[in-house]
Amino acid sequence: MSARDDILQAVRRALAGTDATSVPVPTGHRDRPATADVVELFVERVADYRAVVERCSVDEVPDAIWSALPAGARVVLPPESPWAVAGGTVDTGLSATELDGFDAVVTGATVGIAETGTIVLTHGPGEGRRALTLVPDLHVCVIRAGDVVADVPAAIRLLDPLLAQTWISGPSATSDIELDRVEGVHGPRSLHVIVVG
Amino acid sequence: MSGTFVGMPAFPEAARAALADSQLRSNLAHATATIRAKRAAVVAEIEDWEELRVAGAAVKDNTLAHLDEHLVQLEAALTARGARVHWARDATEACAIVAQVARDHRVEEVVKVKSMATQEIGLNEALAAEGVAAWETDLAELIVQLGDDLPSHILVPAIHRNRAEIREIFVRRMKDVGRPAPDGLVDDPARLAEAARLHLREKFLRARMAVSGANFAVAETGTLVVVESEGNGRMCLTLPEVLVSVVGIEKVVPTWADLDVFLQLLPRSSTGERMNPYTSTWSGVTPGDGPQEVHVVLLDNGRTRALADEVGRQALRCIRCSACLNVCPVYERTGGHAYGSVYPGPIGAILNPLLRGPGVDAQVDSLPYASTLCGACFEACPVRIDIPTVLVELRAQVVDAHRPENRAGAPKPEAVAMKAAAWWLRSGDRLRRLERLSSAFGRVADRFGRRRLPGGRRALGRLPGAGAWTGARDLPAPPTESFRAWWRRTDGGRS
Repeated sequence: MSARDDILQAVRRALAGTDATSVPVPTGHRDRPATADVVELFVERVADYRAVVERCSVDEVPDAIWSALPAGARVVLPPESPWAVAGGTVDTGLSATELDGFDAVVTGATVGIAETGTIVLTHGPGEGRRALTLVPDLHVCVIRAGDVVADVPAAIRLLDPLLAQTWISGPSATSDIELDRVEGVHGPRSLHVIVVG
Repeated sequence: MSGTFVGMPAFPEAARAALADSQLRSNLAHATATIRAKRAAVVAEIEDWEELRVAGAAVKDNTLAHLDEHLVQLEAALTARGARVHWARDATEACAIVAQVARDHRVEEVVKVKSMATQEIGLNEALAAEGVAAWETDLAELIVQLGDDLPSHILVPAIHRNRAEIREIFVRRMKDVGRPAPDGLVDDPARLAEAARLHLREKFLRARMAVSGANFAVAETGTLVVVESEGNGRMCLTLPEVLVSVVGIEKVVPTWADLDVFLQLLPRSSTGERMNPYTSTWSGVTPGDGPQEVHVVLLDNGRTRALADEVGRQALRCIRCSACLNVCPVYERTGGHAYGSVYPGPIGAILNPLLRGPGVDAQVDSLPYASTLCGACFEACPVRIDIPTVLVELRAQVVDAHRPENRAGAPKPEAVAMKAAAWWLRSGDRLRRLERLSSAFGRVADRFGRRRLPGGRRALGRLPGAGAWTGARDLPAPPTESFRAWWRRTDGGRS
């Protein structure tokens, strides 16, 4: 018998004679009382991770991006970046080693989660494939205030599971040395979030 | 490369050695106190935390009750999205599947995301035997691998090491396996993390194959989820051409919506953060993004055995957060190595015997006793695994497995005593004779017993032949008159 059939049969044997009635699952966490100002909470929580976070109007976005980038930084952009970044290179399937030659990446985001200070990328043309926001050391992420939701259940409701996703909460970090949090391991060591509107 | 737990002594012996290591105890006390405070703070932020725990437990229980259906659905969803699904009955089969993929692509090295399942099956050792080097990329796993050491915690396998020890390991060993540690490396955690970044970057950039586990596998959509902090997981899941994920069959959840419970419970219970820095989700092959060849190995390795245990099956709810380790007074003092398994602490004390069965291995049989049954683990568990109850059940199973009728060799004194007691207590007549003997013994003991218990009753100290028990316990002298004799003599206290 194949391993598959063996395992499935072992599962059925293990469950034989047990009560298969479902136990009720509480769902109160899916409709919690509304948060007063989700964008304000989002900004506060992103900052808690020692990421840089700022708010600006649509017109101010190019300037905000420009000042987020260090002088002379080599910048890579997703295929359909909503913002022009002078001197930026558009990703056309760069190799990992080529990506490693860039200092910064500028992208959009799909959803922001206020309660946890999380940005979620679904890697469409305005956000780029997954490696793009991983290899360069600085990630500048522009998110519209209207895309910020209150909490994790609200984000899960909006997101399409069939798209590859990356949930980002602050710069890369580790707690592996004496369980103290240290920012900056393999992912971008700096995260700069610009909230628009 | 790294050590092995095979041949570890039983818990009491291993614990004695660990307790004598004052450096270990101070490292552990510091680390567990830090994480307990962080967890308490972020759990307190969630007003409906208790309801979330109930929801987490209920989703897992409902899934386990129909596990076969969810696994078949998961397989279909993964296959439909371009992944190749393999099934492995045990560790040997799972390792062989991963090794075959490595051979098919002629790779000499793989990069690894931290994964309990691959540690459980001893994948690194199996790949090494095939000439394939498996590089651990999680910082703590790297420390363990470079230090030729064993993991001692589910989340932070190098929790037993302090910064000075880690610096020493990096300086001594990095140069043997790749980019050396930077000159003049100091033991500041930020500098140590940077050394790991530099050392591993070249391995990430050239790796053609990666191996991961998964925190969750969504049956409905074939979505795998990896929760991590450092970005090493994203590197492995994104840069190589081939990805193999080894997933225990209990990791399945029915729908994407179910994740809203677990993505709240896990980070707060685990690292004590509102959210971990990175969570990656993917469903099979994503065209033009990441590995274009994706394998998923569904692993049993004792899980169906645990599922058959009516009391113990709740252990399969476990989401490997390690909150139970951090609050356990036993773990805090002995550390993880004493448990002799990649799963240490309270969850390890139930998971190992459940996966492997009682009466097979003396070391595994010792684990249900590695607890004071204080219940702190149950309170901390985000999916409400009642670890103390399972421990008590497993103790009974271990005792049953060692009964003389199930076991060759001479019966234990305890078994003989219990058998004798059963014979004496079976009839009123025999009991009366026993009481007469006991009263006679009581009169002698009352005269010669040198200790006196509170209340004035005499007691005996160490008894020959029962030194292990009476060396630390006073044996009260039996009463000189039995209750039944007193009742007859006094007409129930009326005369």
